[in-house]
Amino acid sequence: MCRLALKTANEPFSPYSILKAMESMQEGYDGSGLGLLLRGLHFKDYNYGGEHPILSGIAHTEKALARLNSIMENKGFELKYDHEFNTDLSLIEAKDRHKYFVREYRPPASWKSLDKEGAGQEMMLTRLELRKDGEDNGGDITVFSFWPDVAIIKEVGWPLEVGRALGLDDDRINARVVMAQGRQNTNYGINLYACHPFFVQGIATMTNGENTAFVPIKEWLQGRHFPGYIGYQSDSEVFTHILHYVTKKLKLPLETYKHVITPLKTEELAGHPQGEFLMGLKTACRRLIIDGPNCVMGSLPDETTLLVMDHKKMRPGVIGGRPGEWAMSSEMCGLEAMIPERDRSADFQPMREHTVIVPPDRKEYKVWYQFDPFPFRLAA
Amino acid sequence: MVSIRSISVSPSSLIPADLPWVIQHREDRCTLCGRCTSACPTQAIYLAYRRKRMPKLNIGGEIGNDFKTFTGIRQRTDVAHRCIGCGMCAMVCPNEAITPGPNPNDSRLKFHMNQGGEAWKRGGRRNNGDTILDRVIFTRISMLTDPALDAGRHEFFINTILGRILSPEEYLRRKAAGEWIPPTREIFPFVIGSMSFGALSPNMWLGLLQGVAYCNEVLGIPVAMATGEGGCPPWVLKSPFLKYIILQIASGYFGWDEIIRAIPEMQCDPCAIEIKYGQGAKPGDGGLLMWYKVSKLIARLRGVPEGVDLPSPPVHQTLYSIEESVMKMIQTMSMAWGFRVPVYPKISGSTSAKAVLNNLVRNPYAGGLLMDGIDGGTGAAYNVSMDSMGHPIASNLRECYLDLVAQGKQNEIPLFAAGGIGKNGNVAQNGMALIMLGASGVHIGKYMMQAAAGCLGSERNRCNVCNIGVCPKGITSQNPKLYRRLDPDAVAQRVVDVFLAIRTEIKKIMAPLGRSQSLPIGMSDALGINDAAAAERLKIRYIC
Repeated sequence: MCRLALKTANEPFSPYSILKAMESMQEGYDGSGLGLLLRGLHFKDYNYGGEHPILSGIAHTEKALARLNSIMENKGFELKYDHEFNTDLSLIEAKDRHKYFVREYRPPASWKSLDKEGAGQEMMLTRLELRKDGEDNGGDITVFSFWPDVAIIKEVGWPLEVGRALGLDDDRINARVVMAQGRQNTNYGINLYACHPFFVQGIATMTNGENTAFVPIKEWLQGRHFPGYIGYQSDSEVFTHILHYVTKKLKLPLETYKHVITPLKTEELAGHPQGEFLMGLKTACRRLIIDGPNCVMGSLPDETTLLVMDHKKMRPGVIGGRPGEWAMSSEMCGLEAMIPERDRSADFQPMREHTVIVPPDRKEYKVWYQFDPFPFRLAA
Repeated sequence: MVSIRSISVSPSSLIPADLPWVIQHREDRCTLCGRCTSACPTQAIYLAYRRKRMPKLNIGGEIGNDFKTFTGIRQRTDVAHRCIGCGMCAMVCPNEAITPGPNPNDSRLKFHMNQGGEAWKRGGRRNNGDTILDRVIFTRISMLTDPALDAGRHEFFINTILGRILSPEEYLRRKAAGEWIPPTREIFPFVIGSMSFGALSPNMWLGLLQGVAYCNEVLGIPVAMATGEGGCPPWVLKSPFLKYIILQIASGYFGWDEIIRAIPEMQCDPCAIEIKYGQGAKPGDGGLLMWYKVSKLIARLRGVPEGVDLPSPPVHQTLYSIEESVMKMIQTMSMAWGFRVPVYPKISGSTSAKAVLNNLVRNPYAGGLLMDGIDGGTGAAYNVSMDSMGHPIASNLRECYLDLVAQGKQNEIPLFAAGGIGKNGNVAQNGMALIMLGASGVHIGKYMMQAAAGCLGSERNRCNVCNIGVCPKGITSQNPKLYRRLDPDAVAQRVVDVFLAIRTEIKKIMAPLGRSQSLPIGMSDALGINDAAAAERLKIRYIC
């Protein structure tokens, strides 16, 4: 069973503090993969404006890095900032790591005419092109994200080792939202792309547990023929894509996510104030019903974070903290490590019908109950 | 040359050993009560009085003969009176003196089943016990990371959806615009397949319906049953039970006058409308109700004279092309019930199924597709159609499902599969295998007759005389002397037994796979088969 830690705070903090929380939950993963997502970036040596996309990933050889540079140049991107990690590669198990890159690019002038959605599409396509180029060349480039204000690091190894290898404890890179996941390898091979958090167009989620409805869900998502719905090295990647589909494609409120992945029973919907709408939605989105046990944590481009449980054998998940900083974790000890000074009586372990949402202002967390009225005009 | 008469043989003279079933009679146990001969549906046996001559050879004495008579049960060997192996003789015998036994020799009967130039017609099944479905096993068992569920205590969601489902985008668009949302039904994934009121006896029909009503109203198992061609009894049409009934319209349109006239008086809408374009037992052939079964009641329901053969045409005659036919019929039927009832076509398993499916995908009113494979049963068909025409359901269904997957439409047109599900008794396993191959549900007909009413048919050409109305159990007869043998209440009880057991077995299959939140439609990663070619064709895991 994998371990999850997420912290969101008004003041940027070091991702290394989250790795320490991961360390406290060490019995739950096997070092087969660590993923770290940073949102709301703050660099010590550079004043990042937060607008331009950040490319994050790994170039496994010098040649690959050169190829990546020329692809980006040819597409008209201008390298604005290239974050240099204080790396100690001897701490990394794998030997084919040439450079971990977190780079800011100014998009080509032609993007000026694009609206937000168009630019989002272009950023995703650029990431996919680089990923494809890496795959076509023996996997010598691994790209995790290309999006404003987001950096992702994934590596095989134990969290603190990886953190030290990349010098994450030196405060040169901090963030307002950090998501970390330590993987317990289950069905699939050891692969960097199989590490959580998964990311598509600003949407990121990470999960513990296993989704047994993976194959039918994957096949349905692939049937959308949306270029970003690829990968699926892990059964958990579908959670990210469903969240993207619900909020970006269907443009439904965040609360809908719960109604799509774990809809209420028909007889429960019969008594729900918006039962008719939700029943229709359940039928239309029937192939997206997950079959956990899972606890899903996610973050959105506006720095909203969320925690959702599956409907049956729930994986553990807890939220706690104080106004201005909140943490979610799969274990109490993880929460304890991230925010020790908090009102413990306000810690909350969500149940099957809950979605916990921390809005960008981080004043409080909201527990949305699935039986509550649904905040959507169409459903009224 | 004139043939000799002293040895009486004709081209179709057979001996018991030429027949597939041979009567084994023990004269030492027989009390000559005559029950067997009166119960035999084909008069294959008769009570015979025979003469026995005993020569007297007294040396030095009188020479002559002693004559004795004796009685016994004998088997007729002409084609019309062949033993069909039903075993009613054994069932009624008070003394276990008689039973039919399968003939281990090659039967020569088939060579003679065309007397008078009539090709062999029969009811029943394909007489082929092979099925790939029995060989599919569920291999993806949840272990440590995702422990298996408790089938007995956990909550399972196993119902399926019948009816056209919109894509989420289209659903939201129509909802915002206040447009029509196609009707859907949440039903149990095992449906009682189309068997007409005409093919089945009134008692069988009543028993099935009682059982279905009990499943729905008392047990909360939303079982639906389909009528087959030939309408529906008027009291059912006007009853609240109509909501469990899928009304079939087929190329003979039998019974539809009654149905249309009853619409204003209906208390509820039917579950769905099934438009039959084909069936698995006799693909490319219309329905057939032979004259034996066209009783007064059936004649009234179907609007025809009594005692005439009712062969339906192979196609719906009224329309120019199949595409047009499908479109117009689906829309007409939808309109008849105010677009509140799902309408879907039923076709025979065929390599052309994909073409039909692609047509339906573009028809916004089509509520699904039912594909009936070669192992489907029937009340009456030509033997050659049953044995050799059609397509096994597994690969046909899988191919269509994967076609929908490629188009991203697998949730929009539910595929239902039929034809040989549970032919060897493994009904839940067969059905769940098809569901994981992509079916939204399955239709079961023969299994229901066997399990709920004790149909004697087997895959070895046992009985199979549904067509001539002599069903020894009274399941497929319109003769009150026969169908009064069947107690509708007992049938209803068995229907309930069957669905309770299927529900339990579904859970016993889903729980170890870690599935409980929705029916595992298309969960092909759970399946394995020990046949490499079949695994490749079905795109599932080869196991050995």
